[in-house]
Parts: sequence; structure tokens; C-alpha cells
Amino acid sequence: MTDFTKFDRRQVLKFGAAGAATLGAAPLIFSKNAWAETFRNDPGSKKSVTLGFNVPQTGAYADEGADELRAYKLAVKHLNGEGDGGMLNTFTPSTLKGNGILGKKVEFTTGDTQTKSDAARASAKRMIEKDGALMITGGSSSGVAVAVQGLCQESGIIFMAGLTHSNDTTGKDKRRYGFRHFFNAYMSGAALGPVLKKEYGTERRAYHLTADYTWGWTQEESMRKFTEEMGWETVAAVKTPVGAGDFSQYITPVLNSGADVLILNHYGKDMINSLTQAVQFGLRDKQVNGKNFEIVVPLFSRLMAQGAGDNIKGILGSTNWNWSLQDEGSKAFVKSFGAEYGNPPSMAAHTCYVQTLLYANACEQAGTFYPPEVIKSLEGFKFDGMGNGPTEYRAEDHQCFKDVLVVRGKQEPSSQFDLLEVVEVTPRAQVEYDAKIFGGELGPYKV
Amino acid sequence: MDAILIQILNGVDKGAAYALIALGLTLVFGTLGIVNFAHGALFMLGAFCSVTFNKLLTLSVKVKDEGVTLFEAFKEEPYLKIWFGDTGLAIIDYSVPLSILMAIPVMILVGYVMERGLIQHFYKRAHADQILVTFGLAIVLQEIVKATFGANPIPQPPPEIVAGSANVGLWLGLGESVVYPWWRLIYLVFSGAVIFAVFAFLQFTTYGMVVRAGMRDRETVGLLGINIEKRFTIVFALAAVVAGVAGVMYTPILPPDFHMGMDFLVLSFVVVVVGGMGSLGGAVAAGFLLGIVQSFASMNEVKEIFPGIDQIIIYLVAVAILLVRPRGLLGRTGVMED
Repeated sequence: MTDFTKFDRRQVLKFGAAGAATLGAAPLIFSKNAWAETFRNDPGSKKSVTLGFNVPQTGAYADEGADELRAYKLAVKHLNGEGDGGMLNTFTPSTLKGNGILGKKVEFTTGDTQTKSDAARASAKRMIEKDGALMITGGSSSGVAVAVQGLCQESGIIFMAGLTHSNDTTGKDKRRYGFRHFFNAYMSGAALGPVLKKEYGTERRAYHLTADYTWGWTQEESMRKFTEEMGWETVAAVKTPVGAGDFSQYITPVLNSGADVLILNHYGKDMINSLTQAVQFGLRDKQVNGKNFEIVVPLFSRLMAQGAGDNIKGILGSTNWNWSLQDEGSKAFVKSFGAEYGNPPSMAAHTCYVQTLLYANACEQAGTFYPPEVIKSLEGFKFDGMGNGPTEYRAEDHQCFKDVLVVRGKQEPSSQFDLLEVVEVTPRAQVEYDAKIFGGELGPYKV
Repeated sequence: MDAILIQILNGVDKGAAYALIALGLTLVFGTLGIVNFAHGALFMLGAFCSVTFNKLLTLSVKVKDEGVTLFEAFKEEPYLKIWFGDTGLAIIDYSVPLSILMAIPVMILVGYVMERGLIQHFYKRAHADQILVTFGLAIVLQEIVKATFGANPIPQPPPEIVAGSANVGLWLGLGESVVYPWWRLIYLVFSGAVIFAVFAFLQFTTYGMVVRAGMRDRETVGLLGINIEKRFTIVFALAAVVAGVAGVMYTPILPPDFHMGMDFLVLSFVVVVVGGMGSLGGAVAAGFLLGIVQSFASMNEVKEIFPGIDQIIIYLVAVAILLVRPRGLLGRTGVMED
């Protein structure tokens, strides 16, 4: 039995100091791991962290999904300090060091969205619950983005959206755990409006063909807002089923409608088919109201433009990014991607690569993987060197604001990739709007 | 009046495509008793015969784009142009119609291999088994095409001379407001010719007479010492050719992708059922009927009264016809009723 009466002054001081140190350090120890028990898929003491890349690997957008996946793999490589570093060399302010995220090696798991909301949610759920993904990213459709974003909010997992252009993603369906780097339909309208006015004048009559789902509706709404504000009249706005294939029955009414502009609020295969068929019906050779008939495609993608062949020549549209940009960030990314895969990245690849780096940097800045802190780090984050000039992740709706490109199908391409020419780089200030106009609630930080 | 005329043209054109696919589908069902869910894939394979033929014609020298240093960018200069100048370019321009020459033997071979290698083993199995195996085959075929050509549609322009629109209104004395793409008119004539050829083959040749007899009563024809199985194999190959050439000629209208067969398959089955299972005339009639009905339902004036009607009208008409005529428009008693 210990005889406490035999402690001398020196021993008491020793134990006292040790006790005080322990008690003093205890709050720090507990606060360091305070988030560990409260968030899903905490990597804890593991040496790696897993990211979930949810892209269309089958279905109509499989090629775009493959390009997204290539970009993600390149981002992982650069984050882990392999390769030439790509945009890690141009991204400012950055705390990324090329040693993974917070010293942990980056690994990944993949899922197939099939460009279907239910399949995308199922694959995201699998990556979260079985593969331990700490962040989900990717996708090529707004329907998918909205669905996966909702799941991620419920699961307490951050979602860095891929290609999604509907206003709803960061509007009425925005979520605290969802972030979009890609531009949106409103920004397309705001960028295209002045160019259309300059090229085609203010007295025009527009006919809209619109894909009948969330993206199409918001794209039409935005194009109508900006074209009507500058004096154009909307003759008709017709909804078309997604994947209609043959659009002839929707195009023929345009012929004698009195419209002199056809706005195709279609993306992907629908855009390729409707544009090809509209050209075959002679719309581009027509003269109406004493003017040349024009076709406008508000959202252009180089990958998709390939499918339309010569029909895209001279057609105006907008895009989030193009490989031909000459800023340092774009050049660094195109160089890395080109060296790795032998072809330039698509705009979908660009946004996916940037999203991965932004998430990693936010974790580094927050000093933790704890989602509420990472979210706070992303909200209002201002950065540059990622390809679209100075950019800000707006805190109110998690929408990135940056310059937007207005492009035109090139008449004389110099190569198989040289399909779009940049007509104008629309400054960010011109495409900004009040976050309140689209409604929606971000929701809580803690779930 | 102009709008109605244009929608009739649209409907007939659309119906021609439905009828062509449904014709092969119902021919196979009528002869072999097989419900072939891979028939849409044959349409798609035909379309990709056209893509392959175009790629062969446009084999090129790659001229590097010196302005791009970050990856391999080049412009292509086809050998045919280098060797034969304008004549070479003219041959490339006509690649879609010329590719029929390639599609016919390829589709005969595909049809023959498909029937002998797989389908024949399912003749005596339940229709559900046939549907499963042919559907599986269709998925395999489309994944092979996707892996080879990618998922994006591939543009196949028509010959330059018929790339624009014809002034149909002037022909009919209605003014210049009714125009219609030349290639769609060509497709219409082509469909009519193929349908006529299939009917003539079955109606006016001895071979066709035996096939028709076999469709009616396979056992009796067999008892007469005729190898009806062999003839039916050739009928399957014929159906594959019909679907294939339909796919080839459709490529300028719809840039082909791996999924185009599935897009048409469901509608073609509706056409076959509405026309009457196994009835060739019924398939053609139902194809045109449903094509025209779908076009009219897509008119803005109709959609204003019945929003979304264009997406369901085919199925509504199918239900209505099957309620009045359960065997379809020209269906025979006893087919698919056991």
C-alpha cells in the first residue's frame, strides 16, 4: 500500500506539474479530435483519404463522363505530388503542397451516374456508405446534380458539382453541402444577350425549342429575359421531350411562324439532332422579315459540337471554358492534360479538375476534413489562376462567379479540336445577379 | 393548310422509318416465331456500316497544326482527294448512299450468324426467353459499337446536291412556304421501294410463296420435303438487310450513336402489335398511321389544348385500336394467342 505521508516536497511538485500539464492539455486534445466523432467518413488516423467521382460511364454522355474521369485522375495525381503539377502551379491563393490533402494521400472511387437521377443517387450512396468517400463530385446533367446534391446534404458529405447549368442547382435547389464551379443558364443569357444584340440587332422574333426538364426550362427563361429586355419578341416557346431523336415535327412549325431566330435550348444529343435537322430544313438559308434567319445554341460544348459536324459553323453560343484560352492557368492545365492523354480537355473536364483542387485547398485552409469547416472555407473564397480570371465562390448560393465565354462555331477549323472560336470574354460583373432572385435555402452546416 | 401539309409529310416520313424497322421485325416473328428485341440493334449496325464506310473513304494524311504544341492537333487530308482530286471528293460526298453496297453483304452475314449461332437455339423456348436473349444480344452489340466508335453521335451528311430543302409548295401550286428536306423525300421514296421489293419478293417469287406457306403452316410445308428452316434463315438475313439499309439511309437525318436502335425498338414493337403480330401489311399500315398521328399531335395548336399529348399519343392510339381490334389492324387469328 502506498504511504502518501512519505511524499516529499519535490515529488509533490513533480506530480503537481504533471497533473497541471495533463489538465491543461486535455481541452486541446479533445478539441483537436472534436469533429472526429461527428462526421461521416472521417479518415481519422488513416494515411489516405477517398474522393468519390460520380460520372456518366454509360449512356449518351459517356464520352463526356470519360473526359471528366480523366480530369479527376489528373487532379489526384497533381494533389499527390506526381506529374507536372498542372494548375497547382498557377492557383492562388493556394495552400496545396503536392503532398495529398492534409498530408494524406488522395485515393478515389468511381460511380456511374448513367445520366439518370436514381442511378446517380444510388452510385453516390454506395460510394459514401461502402467506399467511405469523403466528398462526391461529377455529373453531366442538372437533374443528376440536383438529385445527388440533395443526397449529399442528407448524408453530411460535400458535393462539388460537375457539369450542371440549370439555375436551380444553386437557386431553388441549392444546398449547404453543394458547390458549383460551372456557370449557369442565367449567366449564359447575360453573356449572350449583348452579343446577339450587336450581331443580329434589336428587332428580332425568336422561336424557342426547349428540352423539357429543369435545365431546359431555366435556359429558356433566362434567354427570354435577356432577349426580350433588348427588344426581341418571343413568337413561341415549345417544350420538346428529352431524347426525341427526330425533331422534324417541332421544327416545321418554325418555318412559317414569322420567327427569324431559332433558339435551341437543347444540350448533348438533342442539340446535335435538332441543330442538324433545323439546318436540313433550310432554316439557315431562309430570309424572314428581310433578315437572315439565325440559330442560337445557348450552351455549347466542344465534345458535343463534334457530333453536329459542319452544322455548328457560324452558330453563336456560350461556354464555361475553352482549351484555347491563353491565361497561365488554362495553359498549364491543357499542357498537363494534353501530355497525359493526347487531346485537349473539354469544359466538363476543366470544371471537374478545378472542383477537386478547390475542395482539397479548402480542407487545407480549414485544417480539417470536418465538412462544416470546409464549407466555411469555400464560402466566399476568392481565387485566380484556374482559367476564368478572378473568381469567387459566392457564400449566399455556392455559385462561382467568373468570366463567361461567348463562342461561335468556327468556319475554318485548323484541327479536329479547333471547333469553337471565342467571340467575347464577358466580364464577371456583367453576369452577376442577386442570389435572392432564384429563392431556395442552403440549409444547416451541421446535419 | 401549309402546316397540315408539312405535318402530313413529317408523319409519312416518320412512318416510313417505323414501317421499315417494323417490317423486318414482323417478318421474323411471322416466319420464325421469334420476338427479336435485337432488331433495333440491326438498324443501328446498318447505320454504323455507313460510318465505317465513310471512315474508309476518308482515310487521311494527318497534317499537323503547328499552332498547337501542347498535344497532337492535326487537319486531315483524305487520300482520295490527294489521288483523285475533285472525283475523290465527290466519292466521299456520296458515302452514305454508296455505303449500302457495304451494308447489304455485312447485314446478310450478321443476320445469318445471329440466327444460326444464337436464335435457332431458342425456337422452341418461351417468348420470355427469346426476349431476354435477344435483348441481351442488343446490349452486347451496342456496347461493342460504343467501345469502337464512342458514345457521341457521328455526323453523316447527305450528298451536297440534296443537302437542302425542296420547294414542295411550288410543286403543288401552294407557293413557296412549304419546303421539305430533299434527303427526307429521298428516304420516303427509298422506304417505299424497299417495302415494295419485300412484298414483291414474298408475293411473286416461288421462294416467297414457300416462305408464306411456311408462315401459315410450317409442318405441312415440311412434310412436302421442303427445308423450311433453311429458308427461314435466309428470311432472317433478309430482315437484317432491311433494318440495316434503313439504318444507313437514316444517318443524315439522325447522326448515329450506339443507342439509336433502342430508341426505335419500342416504337417499332408498338407498330408491330398495332399492325397485328406477323402481319407485313399491318406493320406498314400501322407505321404510317402512327407516324402521322404523332406528327399532328406535336402541332402547337394541338399541344395548347392537350399539353404533352405528343409524348403519349402513340400509346393512346395503340390502346384504342387494340380495344376495338384485339389482334391489331390486320392480325390473324391464332397468332400469339396460345
